[in-house]
Amino acid sequence: MLLIACPYCGERPETEFRYAGEAHIARPHDPSALNDDEWVDFLYQRANPKGLHVERWRHIHGCARFFNAVRDTVSDRIFKTYEAGEPRPDVNAVAADVLAKESER
Amino acid sequence: MQKFSGFSLIRQALSGHQGWQAQWRTPEPKASYDAIVVGGGGHGLGAAYYMAKEHGLKNIAVLERGWLGGGNTGRNTTIIRSNYLFDESAALFDHAVKLWEGLSQELNYNVMFSQRGVLMLAHTVHDVQSFKRHIHANRLNGVDNEWLSAEEAKEFCPPLNISPGMRYPVVGAALQRRGGVARHDAVAWGYARAADALGVDIIQNCEVTGIRRGVNGAVEGVETTKGFIGSKRIGVSAAGHTSVLMAMAGVRMPLESYPLQALVSEPVKPVFPCVVMSNTIHAYISQSDKGELVIGAGTDAYTSYSQRGALHIATHTLDAICELFPMFRRMRMLRNWGGIVDVTPDRSPIIGKTPVPGLFVNCGWGTGGFKATPGSAHVFAHTIATGEPHKINAPFTLERFRDGLMIDEAAAAAVAH
Ligand SMILES: Cc1cc2nc3c(=O)[nH]c(=O)nc-3n(C[C@H](O)[C@H](O)[C@H](O)COP(=O)(O)OP(=O)(O)OC[C@H]3O[C@@H](n4cnc5c(N)ncnc54)[C@H](O)[C@@H]3O)c2cc1C
Ligand SMILES: [Zn+2]
Repeated sequence: MLLIACPYCGERPETEFRYAGEAHIARPHDPSALNDDEWVDFLYQRANPKGLHVERWRHIHGCARFFNAVRDTVSDRIFKTYEAGEPRPDVNAVAADVLAKESER
Repeated sequence: MQKFSGFSLIRQALSGHQGWQAQWRTPEPKASYDAIVVGGGGHGLGAAYYMAKEHGLKNIAVLERGWLGGGNTGRNTTIIRSNYLFDESAALFDHAVKLWEGLSQELNYNVMFSQRGVLMLAHTVHDVQSFKRHIHANRLNGVDNEWLSAEEAKEFCPPLNISPGMRYPVVGAALQRRGGVARHDAVAWGYARAADALGVDIIQNCEVTGIRRGVNGAVEGVETTKGFIGSKRIGVSAAGHTSVLMAMAGVRMPLESYPLQALVSEPVKPVFPCVVMSNTIHAYISQSDKGELVIGAGTDAYTSYSQRGALHIATHTLDAICELFPMFRRMRMLRNWGGIVDVTPDRSPIIGKTPVPGLFVNCGWGTGGFKATPGSAHVFAHTIATGEPHKINAPFTLERFRDGLMIDEAAAAAVAH
């Protein structure tokens, strides 16, 4: 079970949360302008990376708020969580930063 | 190929089993092939076999990054059935069951296909309505599936608890008698041995790290940990790693990869006659010929390539197993493990062409593709060899998401099956 740091409530066990898929997929501003391929990309196609992933979680059994996380899908380690609405971080920099701080210790 | 038979077994026994040959060669890759299959699971090995056998292609390679069947093929709970709702799915899965029925003879390899019946438990009014709808749809498609009352289900599977006091009482069940289980490793090994005998090069410890495309966009070959290997026809059959491979060719996929886990108990004498599954309370169980209870759990909530699932997921399944089969409450579990399953938005597979000329894909089998192995391999071989889908896999395109032609088994059974 993962320990997840809700940006509002702090660290809580995974079972308090609900996963909500890849983050930063913005709803199109002008939906009628999209062609079919763009709709497929928005609705169905996902990065699904083996490595660092930005994803949404919802603290459903806590504050009930959505937030985002940077997680390594190989180790399942979460490098950062941040409030919804914040820009997408540079995931490699985030992970490198955490690892560098760790090796200093 | 050294033929297996009762006679060869006796002869080898008399000479102390010293005369068995390796079941397939260990070749170094050639500079190029007529077709390359990426992924040495049952689907990939089977596709190579049918390409060699039915389409006359002789110069074929299967590239596997680890060992044969080390992916989901060797990690699954081997439930085989074909009672899916939609016409397209019923045709595909029943094609597979028909091939399963003759597979041991076809491959001269005992895949231990055992049609002991698959019992799907209904716990709610919704389950009852949905199962009955499946049964009627299946009958129209010539696929066997029948409705049992709770008492009839208990008669078919005596360990089943049907007491009305359960948290989720069993109110009935759907039974597919032609369903059952098979030996997962044997499926990979049997196809590998038969494909090798037809000249297919099976190359293990060979990870594909890139897909090379020419100026016209068509594939030219693959970069691997054993160097570049050329081919104008590449079939990707890499289950949970499909998104990673397709990204190498610049193709985004409607897939997400999740860990799915299974566990086995200590071995005991034969106590369990069939396969029982409950999608509603997440429990899948059968007994292997070794005597272990083979138990399937659900997927984790989040995408991952970690090949292990969370403990609370397995615990949840064991809760359900103990409730359904109180006599297993004191069984000890020996091992558990996970595999990475690639899930599509409609829970149906994708088998067909891609936007890249020469690149074909077989994926999206999610939590339920072992049962389809021979059928999927057979139609994927047709697709790679002829460049066009077989009529059975024609509806399972990548474009169906764009064209709104989903085969929405998700609504019917959105969990492991
Ligand atoms: C725990 C569990 C239980 C399941 N239970 C059932 C069940 O009861 N019934 C059922 O029908 N299905 C079940 N499934 C699903 C089933 O296992 C799969 O759908 C099926 O086995 C997929 O077969 P495959 O040959 O496509 O994939 P795999 O056997 O996973 O083969 C893909 C291969 O590709 C290789 N590969 C990946 N990347 C590369 C690369 N870059 N280069 C070279 N090779 C690569 C992998 O190493 C792997 O060996 C279950 C799955 C799991 C994990
Ligand atoms: Zn919170």
